[in-house]
Amino acid sequence: MIEIRWHGRGGQGAKTAALLLADVAFSTGMYVQGFPEYGPERMGAPITAYNRLDDKPIRVHSNIYFPDIVVLVDESLAESVDVTAGLKSNGSVIVNTTQRPEKVREMFADCESAVYAIDARDISLRCIGRNLPNTPLLAVVVRTAGIMEEKAFLDNMEESFAHKFSAKPEVVAGNMNAIREAWRGAILL
Amino acid sequence: MKKNLMERMTPAAGWRTLSPAAQVFGEGNSEFFLTGEWRTETPVWTRDRCKQCLLCFPVCPDSSVPVENGKRGDFDFDHCKGCGICAKTCPFGAISMQSPKAG
Amino acid sequence: MSKRDRLSGNEAVAAAIRQINPDVVAAFPITPSTEIPQYISSFKADGLIDTEFITVESEHSAMSACIGASAAGVRAMTATSSAGMALMYELLYVAASDRLPIVMAAVNRALSGPININADHSDSMGARDSGWIQIYSENAQEAYDNMLMAHRIAEHPDVMLPVMICQDGFITSHAVQNIVTEDDAFAKAFIGEYRPEKYLLNPQESLGVGPYSVSVYYMEIKRQQFEAMNSARRVIADVSAEFTARTGRAYAMFESYRMEGAELAVLLMSSSAGTGKVAVDALRERGVKAGLVKLRVFRPFPAAELAGAFPGVKALGIMDKSDGFSGCGGPLGAEVRAALYGKADGIRTIDYIYGLGGRDVRVEDFYEIFDELARMAGGAEAPDCRYHGVRE
Repeated sequence: MIEIRWHGRGGQGAKTAALLLADVAFSTGMYVQGFPEYGPERMGAPITAYNRLDDKPIRVHSNIYFPDIVVLVDESLAESVDVTAGLKSNGSVIVNTTQRPEKVREMFADCESAVYAIDARDISLRCIGRNLPNTPLLAVVVRTAGIMEEKAFLDNMEESFAHKFSAKPEVVAGNMNAIREAWRGAILL
Repeated sequence: MKKNLMERMTPAAGWRTLSPAAQVFGEGNSEFFLTGEWRTETPVWTRDRCKQCLLCFPVCPDSSVPVENGKRGDFDFDHCKGCGICAKTCPFGAISMQSPKAG
Repeated sequence: MSKRDRLSGNEAVAAAIRQINPDVVAAFPITPSTEIPQYISSFKADGLIDTEFITVESEHSAMSACIGASAAGVRAMTATSSAGMALMYELLYVAASDRLPIVMAAVNRALSGPININADHSDSMGARDSGWIQIYSENAQEAYDNMLMAHRIAEHPDVMLPVMICQDGFITSHAVQNIVTEDDAFAKAFIGEYRPEKYLLNPQESLGVGPYSVSVYYMEIKRQQFEAMNSARRVIADVSAEFTARTGRAYAMFESYRMEGAELAVLLMSSSAGTGKVAVDALRERGVKAGLVKLRVFRPFPAAELAGAFPGVKALGIMDKSDGFSGCGGPLGAEVRAALYGKADGIRTIDYIYGLGGRDVRVEDFYEIFDELARMAGGAEAPDCRYHGVRE
């Protein structure tokens, strides 16, 4: 089983990202869970969302305390939240960041796990024209978790975008460019 | 149906016999409840004084003034509770209340 | 044809309601069940159902509208949680005693206070004596399946009682999970048409529902309800067996998980049962003779069957996701102990109050509980009841 914990802020779409990831993994035939930790809904407040992905039915219904992957949708959360708590030593942290790599590595100086940096903001601004970091981040998570090969993922997403944006097909290409770039663009620090 | 209801809905009937959830089948079944037993005073109708104005008919809460062909008859004592409204209403003193109950 | 899908618990329940296509839904939004009437409203707008959807001004009115609709002779449904269900309490009793087969999607949430939106069972446990059949679901699949079975149970002539299908708020209601849905043709055929014997809108026969009942009648009418609730055992078993035969998904009054040779066991309901099964598997691998009983049907309470469900068990942890504030445990603790009394007296029991107000229940919690049960089986002292997962 792969367990993923998303850290974001209310309104940034961490929950949506977790549900998107569940969808992608589901399409490969996996068993999935995607759920947020609910509380008062406050824009900007730290929130957590979770994924479990497995090739067997998933029965556990608790939050995730020992994740394989931690995703930081907003790097500023690292200052206020112990985002790597319980992270497995052979696990990974994926950080959406505009900082230079050395700076990010410094932020996770005590972390034994692999740290990947991606500027999802920059990618989404250039490719989609808006700051929608979830789409590029999803590509990095799918690759890091080994859920799908690149081609299968791109094909899957193209189909899903075509469906999702059937009313405005002109945005499909930009979204595809974003995930293509993100797939190869994450830097292992 | 009305008869059936009355047979089933009695204080002696067991839970198997009583209608489910005490549902009441059929309309107009109040006539099966002989409220005349509750009467302590009884209206007495004096035919000679009655002008057949029929003011007693609409005021009776228990529909116990039978009217046929535009004329009232004697009280329905199966249902009259002896409230006395008819006696108060009658402009001709044709109804008086008597006790103990009669009928 | 069944279909592999991934849905949240609320989506799963809504999917079942779309297939049921009830005549009337009256609902008032309350977290975490709000999504269910939202989906129903969308289905209606999209022409997928021809339900009369009544947006009432309170849950008291929601249940009142359901009572009126059901008495009129149609299928009526609602969804609610927590304070919403509490506002219905008066009407829940009316629905049950008038023998109206209303079906409710209950998404369990704590009652105030302190005010809290997360899962526990205090809302439906408060309604446990209202005369409703209560069925609890571990995950989205069970919530969906139980909903497809609900009307068959509620509307059976020997039952004619309302049914609430419960699932844990957020934990399953808002978690996307794998699920197998049945196609519309199967669902419609399984559920069938509702043809009430007596109903208000029957021009052939006039009917009065809910009359005043003086003391000489009241108790006999309650005795009828007792009979109906007892008949529900057989009907639930029959409908569940038929559903299992048709879908391959097993349902009974409760599920015994790895109870063969079990010496330590827990009994609980809903989502945490899944987490408990993971713990039981791990404990079995370590040689601990652990087992789990997941109660599915709380009303009617399967006392006789439960008395025989723990052969060889030395210590049993009964897990209550609500505190009855009797000062000695929750409702499950009291009822399970009463079921065992005089029939399985050798079992040491402890009642755990756990998971209140969405307190997370982890696999590790079950390890701690089974550790305590092992000590109890060895003769150690233990309280009759304690809070588990609380900070001292």
